[in-house]
Amino acid sequence: MNHTHLHKQNNNSYKINFEDERVDGADKVTGKAKYTAEYNLPNMAYGVFVTSSIAKGTIKNLDTAKALASPGVLDVIYYANCPSVPGYLTNAAERPKNVFEWRGHKVLYDNQVRFFGQPIALIVADSLENANAAIRLVRAEYESQAFETNFELVRKDASKLKGTVAYKRGTENAFKTASAFVEAEYAIPAEVHLPMEMHATIAFWEGDDKVTLYDKTQGPKSTQTTVARTFGLLDKNVRVIAENVGGGFGSGLRSWANVPAALIAAKKLNRPVKIVLTRPQMFSLVGYRPESWQKIGIGADASGRFVGITHEAISGTSRYEDFREGIVNVSKFLYACENVDTKYSMLPLDLSTPVWMRGPGEATGSYGLESAIDELSYKLKMDPIELRLKNFTAVNPENKLPFSDNNLKDCYAYGKEKIGWKNRPTTPGTLKENGWLIGYGMANGVFGAGKGSASVRALLNKDGKLTLECAVSDMGPGTTTSMTIIAAAAMQMPIEKIKFKLGDSDLPPGPSQGGSGTTSTVGSAVDLACTTLKQNLKDLAIKLVPAFAALKSEGLEVKNEMVIVSSDPSIKITIVDLLQLSPDKQIDLMIASTGKTAEQLKFTSNSFSSHYVKLAVNPKDGTIKILQVVTTGDAGKIISPKTARSQMIGGVVGGIGMALTEQLEMDHVSGQIINASFGAYHVPLHSQIPPTDVWFVNKPDVNMNSIGAKGIGEIALIGFAAAVTNAVYNATGKRVRDLPITPAKLGFKGKA
Amino acid sequence: MNPCQFSDARRGFLKKSASVAALYFTPSVLVKTFAADAIVPVPIAKEKLKFTLNGKPVAVEIDARTTMLNLLREQIGYTGTKKGCEMGQCGACTIHVNGKRLKSCTQLALTHQNSQITTIEGLAKGDQLHPMQAAFLKNDAFQCGYCTSGQIMSAVTCVREGKATSRASIQAYMDTNICRCGAYQNIVDAIVEVAKSGAKI
Repeated sequence: MNHTHLHKQNNNSYKINFEDERVDGADKVTGKAKYTAEYNLPNMAYGVFVTSSIAKGTIKNLDTAKALASPGVLDVIYYANCPSVPGYLTNAAERPKNVFEWRGHKVLYDNQVRFFGQPIALIVADSLENANAAIRLVRAEYESQAFETNFELVRKDASKLKGTVAYKRGTENAFKTASAFVEAEYAIPAEVHLPMEMHATIAFWEGDDKVTLYDKTQGPKSTQTTVARTFGLLDKNVRVIAENVGGGFGSGLRSWANVPAALIAAKKLNRPVKIVLTRPQMFSLVGYRPESWQKIGIGADASGRFVGITHEAISGTSRYEDFREGIVNVSKFLYACENVDTKYSMLPLDLSTPVWMRGPGEATGSYGLESAIDELSYKLKMDPIELRLKNFTAVNPENKLPFSDNNLKDCYAYGKEKIGWKNRPTTPGTLKENGWLIGYGMANGVFGAGKGSASVRALLNKDGKLTLECAVSDMGPGTTTSMTIIAAAAMQMPIEKIKFKLGDSDLPPGPSQGGSGTTSTVGSAVDLACTTLKQNLKDLAIKLVPAFAALKSEGLEVKNEMVIVSSDPSIKITIVDLLQLSPDKQIDLMIASTGKTAEQLKFTSNSFSSHYVKLAVNPKDGTIKILQVVTTGDAGKIISPKTARSQMIGGVVGGIGMALTEQLEMDHVSGQIINASFGAYHVPLHSQIPPTDVWFVNKPDVNMNSIGAKGIGEIALIGFAAAVTNAVYNATGKRVRDLPITPAKLGFKGKA
Repeated sequence: MNPCQFSDARRGFLKKSASVAALYFTPSVLVKTFAADAIVPVPIAKEKLKFTLNGKPVAVEIDARTTMLNLLREQIGYTGTKKGCEMGQCGACTIHVNGKRLKSCTQLALTHQNSQITTIEGLAKGDQLHPMQAAFLKNDAFQCGYCTSGQIMSAVTCVREGKATSRASIQAYMDTNICRCGAYQNIVDAIVEVAKSGAKI
C-alpha cells in the first residue's frame, strides 16, 4: 500500500511574505496543516483505552463479554488475549538480538495496576462512537494494594529515596560561614505539559514485518528506533510520520502507551487503528514535570561575593521507572563560587512516569536558586542585579572551561532600563499604585547549548529550486522557517525557492526536537549542506563552463542564483544554466554533520536569559496582576527574529503558569488526579497575559557552531517563575516558597 | 475574572470536589468498577442530517451520538477544526453556527438540522486569505498551529460582535480559547489590527 499520497505536500497558493512570515504559516491559519489524528485511512478502526480505577493492585478478573457484544466493537484487547510483543519480554535471554525491552509501562501486557488511570484494556470498534459507548461495559475486579502518591509526606522518609548523587567542590556547607546567608526550602507541584494536540497514533501494517505510523512525536527517528527495537523490526521497515506537531513541551520526547497499543491492535485486527488520548488521559499517560522539593543554602561576604552554595533536591518518579531531573545543576556553574555542594535523589511513587517538561530540571532548580539569591540580596541590603553582577563569571566554575560567550551583563542593562528598575522599592511592601502593592522582580535562566549529529539531503533541481530534508520535527518553534532562513542566507538565494522537509523518519536522520538543540544541530547541518552544494556548483562551473576553466574555486562565489567570479563579476553563469550543462541536470547530495569540533570543545556553551517582572498585588485579597514583563535572551545569533520572539513570549506564558496557576492535584486517599481537565488545571488564559517586551543580545557565538546560533526553547521559561515570585515578595514582603503562589497563600484577610 | 488577575475564584470548585472524592472512597480488598450490569447495548440507528457547510449543502446519515466536531473531522474530513479537550473548555473546536461562535465538541450534530455552519476551511475566498488569517500570519499569532483555527474563528466573531474595542475587552472575549504555546499577545495584536483596519469580515 503506498501512502505517500496521504503525506500532504507543503504546496499552497496563498501568498506568504517569506521575508517575515512562517514559511508553513498559511497551512496553519487555513486549517490545511494535518496533525497526527487527522489522517483517515480506508477501513480504519478506533481504539479507546479502558483505564484503572485503583492506584495499585492486581486485576483478578476482567469481564469483556458485554463490551464485545456492543454494536460495532471488533475486539477488546487486554492481558489475557494480547499478542506477544518481543520487547515486552523481561528476560533478556528470551528476546531476539535486535530487540530491547520496552521502556516504561507495558500496556495490555499483565494484570498489574501501577497507577490510577492506567490503561487496562483497549476497545477497538468501527467508529469512535461505538468504541466510546463500550468503555463502561467492561467490568474489572481488582485486588488492591497499599500505595504511596503523597510526595510531600513520603519524601521525609530518607529510606524511600533512591539514586542519590552528590557533588562537592571546596568545602561542604560553606555558606554557613558567610557573614550573611539564607537557608530555605522550595516546593513545586507536579505540572503537566498539555500540548493542545492530544497524543495520538495511527498504525497500519503491511505484512508481518513492515509498519507505518502517524504519531505525535518530537522525534520521528527516535520513535522509529523504539518501535523497531520493541517489535523486532528492521529500521527501514518502520516509517514514522509527524508532519505537524501540535505542541509538545517534552511530552513527545518518548513513546507512550498509545504507540504499542495501536501497533498491537492494528496487527491483531489486520487493519489500521487510530488511538487518540482524551484530555484527562493527557494528565496521566504522557508524562509530567514531577513534584519536587529543594533546600538551598547560600551565603555571601559583605561585598556580596558568594562564599558557598548548598543545593539539595528530591523529585518524584514512578515505581517502575527512574526519571532523573537536573535540578541542582545550575547551582554548580551559573555564578562564581568556590564552595558548592549538591545532592539529588529520586522518590518513587505509585504514579505514572514523569518526563522532561520545558526547561526541565533546570527550570525547577532555577526557581530555587534564583529565589534564594533574591532572599540573600535583602539580607545584604544589596540590589539583586548588583549581587548577580558581583558573582558574574566568564569561566564555568564546574568544568573550568570558558563560556563560549556570556552576555548576561547586557541583558541586565537592557532589562533594568526597560522594566523601570529604578522605581523598585528597596524595602518590600512600601510602594502602592491605585491602592495596589507594586513589586519588581528579576531572575536568570541558563541551559546547555549543544550541537549533535544530523544528516541533511540537499536537492537542487534543474529549475533552480532547492529542497532540504531532515527527519527532525517542528512542534511549534518554527524549525521549518529557521532552517529555510539558514539555507537562504548560506546560498544567498530567495527564501521562497527553498523548501525544508521534516517530520518523516524516511528522511535523513535528525535529532528529536528537545533540549533547545534543533537550531544548532540541524541548522549546522543545513549550513554544511549548503556549503557543500556551493562547492559542487563551483566545481561544475570550472569543469563545464569555458570562461571558468582556468579558475580556482576559491576565486568563485555563489549568490543570487549564479556562480560568479569574485574578481570580475561580469563572468557569471546562472545556476539553472549551469545545471543544464551538467550530466545529471540537478545536484542531489547528502551530508552528515557531527557534534562539536575539538576547537569548539575548548569552550562550554550555554544560552542565558534574564527576566524582569512588574506586578501588582491587591492588599485586600491577594489577587495578583502582572503589569509588565521584559524578557531578555543571550542565545547567539537569532536566526528567525519573529519566531524567536514568539518562543520567548511563550516561555513567559508558561512561566506565569508555573508561578501562579499550575498544579496537578491528587486525592491521596484514592491515588487519583482530581483536576485532569482544562477547567480545573489552570493554564494561563488571554486575560492573564501582560504586555511582554522581548530582547535578544543577538551576537553570533562564534565558538559554538558555524551559524553562531544557540537554542532558546528552555531559557525562555527557565528562571521566569522566580522573577514573578521575587516580584511578589518585593510587592508584599511575603515570601511564598511553594508554587503556585495563589492569593490564599499570601494570607491577606478580607474581601476585594 | 478581571483582566490579568490571578484570584482564587477558579479554585473553589476544585477544593469542594476534592473533599467529596475523599469522602466517598473506602479502600477494600475487592473493588468493582462501574455498574455495568444495568447497561444493555443496543444498536444505534442512523439518523439523517442536512446542513450547510461553508456555503455548500451537506446531507449525511449519522450515528445519533456523533458530535459536530467528530462529524466534521472523522466523517466529512474537515480536519481544520481541532479537538483539544472534548469538554468545551479549550476552544480549539470553535466553529460558527448561524453566525455565532460555538464549541463543536459539545454539540450533538443532529441538533444542527438546517444550520449554516462555517469552519476554518470556509474563511478564505479562493487564494485570498481572510483578513483575520492574514493578520495571524503577519503577527505570528501562533506557534504549533493547533489552537489556531479556534482562535481565528473566535477572533472573527470578536470583531463582528463589536467586542474588539480594547485589548482588555478582546482578552476577556478570547478567554474561551486556550493557547498552550502562549501566543496570546500576538493573537490580540492580530485582532486589534483587523479591528482598526475596519475591514469587513
